Amino acid sequence: MKNHMLDVGNIIKDFAILNKRINGKRLVYLDNAATSLTPEPVLEAMNEYYRSYNANVHRSIHTLGEKATKEYVEAHKKVADFINADLEETIFTKGATESLNALAYCLMKDLKEGDEVVLSEMEHHSNIVPWQQLAKNKNVKVKYICVNDDYELDLEHARELINKKTKIVSVMHVSNVLGTINDVKEIGGLAKNVGAVFIVDSAQGAPHFSVDVKEIDCDFLCFSGHKMLGPTGIGVLYGKKKMLEKLNPFLFGGEMIREVNFEESKWNDLPWKFEAGTPNIAGGIGLGAAVDYLRKIGMERIRNYEEHLTAYAFKKLKEAGVLVYCAKDARKRGGVMTFKIDGMHAHDVAALLDKEGVAIRAGHMCAMPLVNKILKENALCRASLYFYNTTGDIDTLIIGIKKAKEVFQIA
Amino acid sequence: MKENLNPDWLGSEEGDEIYRENIIDHFKNPRNYGEIVEAEIKHSELNAICGDMIRLFVKFKEGKVEDVKFKGNGCAISMATTSMMTEILKEKTLEEIKKLKKEDIFEMLGIKLGVVRMKCGLLCLNTLMKGVEQMEGKDGIKN
Repeated sequence: MKNHMLDVGNIIKDFAILNKRINGKRLVYLDNAATSLTPEPVLEAMNEYYRSYNANVHRSIHTLGEKATKEYVEAHKKVADFINADLEETIFTKGATESLNALAYCLMKDLKEGDEVVLSEMEHHSNIVPWQQLAKNKNVKVKYICVNDDYELDLEHARELINKKTKIVSVMHVSNVLGTINDVKEIGGLAKNVGAVFIVDSAQGAPHFSVDVKEIDCDFLCFSGHKMLGPTGIGVLYGKKKMLEKLNPFLFGGEMIREVNFEESKWNDLPWKFEAGTPNIAGGIGLGAAVDYLRKIGMERIRNYEEHLTAYAFKKLKEAGVLVYCAKDARKRGGVMTFKIDGMHAHDVAALLDKEGVAIRAGHMCAMPLVNKILKENALCRASLYFYNTTGDIDTLIIGIKKAKEVFQIA
Repeated sequence: MKENLNPDWLGSEEGDEIYRENIIDHFKNPRNYGEIVEAEIKHSELNAICGDMIRLFVKFKEGKVEDVKFKGNGCAISMATTSMMTEILKEKTLEEIKKLKKEDIFEMLGIKLGVVRMKCGLLCLNTLMKGVEQMEGKDGIKN
C-alpha cells in the first residue's frame, strides 16, 4: 500500500518523539489506544499560553486575562464544532473517565430501586465501575449486552435487555480491545424507545473518525484529549442542551456560579456551570490545537488511511500466524489489534518488542471482564494505530514478533 | 538511563540477556511443577497488575524442606524464577529459608531486572515469605 492518501512523511516531522531511538532502534509507536503522541503545533499552543498570556480565565479584566479567556472559549468552540455540537453543550473535564464518573454521579438522584442500567461486556473499566458504584448506592441493576462470536455487540440481546426498567444505556463507540466499531445509532434508538438516557464513550472513536452527536442522537458523549493528539488531563463531556439544563453541577466553587449569597447560589450559564474552579487552561487550549490539527488533515482521510493500514496489519499478522481478536468486517473495526502468541506471555512479547523499539500494550487493557471472562485470557498483546503510523511500522512489528518467537523457540 | 545521557536515546534498564536460554528453559520446562497434597506451606500470590499467579507448596520433614512444588501462570521471568527457586529450597531449614533475600534471587537468576520486571522476578520470594508467615501464624509461633 502506498501512503498516497496521506502525506505521512511530512506529518511525522511534527512528532519529534518519532525521531527518538529506543534501545538503539527507531521508535515504532503502536500504543495509540493508550495515549497518542503530541505534535509540535499542540505543544506550541500550550507553551504560547504559558509564555505569552498566562492568566486566569473568565474573571481577570486585564489584557492577559481577556486573551486567555478568548482562547479558552475558542478551544471549546473548536471542540464543539468537531463533534457538531454547540458551545453550551461542550464541557471540558479531566478526561473520559471523569466525564463518565460525573454522569453516574449526576444521574444517580433520578434512579430508584428496580431501575436498570445497561452497559456492554466489552466496556472499559471507566464505563463499568462508576455504574457499579451507583448500582450499590441506589439498589439498581447493571446489565451487560453480550459480545457475540464475531466480537461485535449482540443487538438481539440488546433488544431483549433494554426495556421500560432501563433508565440509562451507556456503551463504548469503539472497543479498546477488539477494535469493534459499535452501532451506537441502533443502540441509541433502543434506548430512546424506552425513554432511557443514552451515553456514548467515544474515547476510541472521536480520535479516529468523524463523530456527529446530532447524527448519533446521543444524550451524552465523552472522550479524552490525550488519545487525539492533545495533552493528558483534559477531556470532553458533551450533553444535549436540554439534558444539561436539567442536570445539577457535580463540582461547586468559583467559575461555575453567577451569584453567591450566604444562603444560596445561582449557577452560571452552560457549559461553565459544570467547570468549577480554575480549569486546565493550557490543556484546553492544547486540545483546541489538536482539533485544528486533526481537521486540517481531515477526519475522513484519517479514517480511510487507518482502514487501509489496519487491513495491511491484519493481513501481515495473519501471514505470521498470529491470532487476532477482531470483527471480520473491516468496516466495523478501528486500528486496534489485540493478539496472542501461543507459548508466550503477553509481557514477554511486549518486552522483546521493546528491544526492537516497538511499543505495544500488554495486559488486560483496563477491560478485565472482557479479557478474563469473555476472551478467557489473563493477558493479551495490543498494537494500536494512528495516522502517523506506516506500513513500515507494521513490518517492524512483524519482524519483532518473529524474533520474539525465535527467542522462545516457537516454530 | 544511567550512563547514556544522549537525549535521543532511551533504553530499558534490563540487560539484553534477560531472555537468555536458561530462563527460557525453566519457563518452557518448569522444574517441580505440580502440587503436594499434604504440605505445611500452601500459598498463592497474585501480581495484580500483570495477572501473574503462583501457588507454592512446601513440605518439611525433620526441620528441613523435603519437597517443593508450584503451579501458576505468568511471564517467563515470574515462572522461571519460581522454577529456579524450588530447586534451591530443597534441604533448607526454615531458618535458612527466612534468611533468603531478593539478592539471592537475583544471584540465582544471574541477570539484572528493571523496575517493571522486578515485580515478576520477586513474586516467587513474596509467595514463599507470605507462605512462611501463614504457616507460623497457624502453628501459633508467630501472629
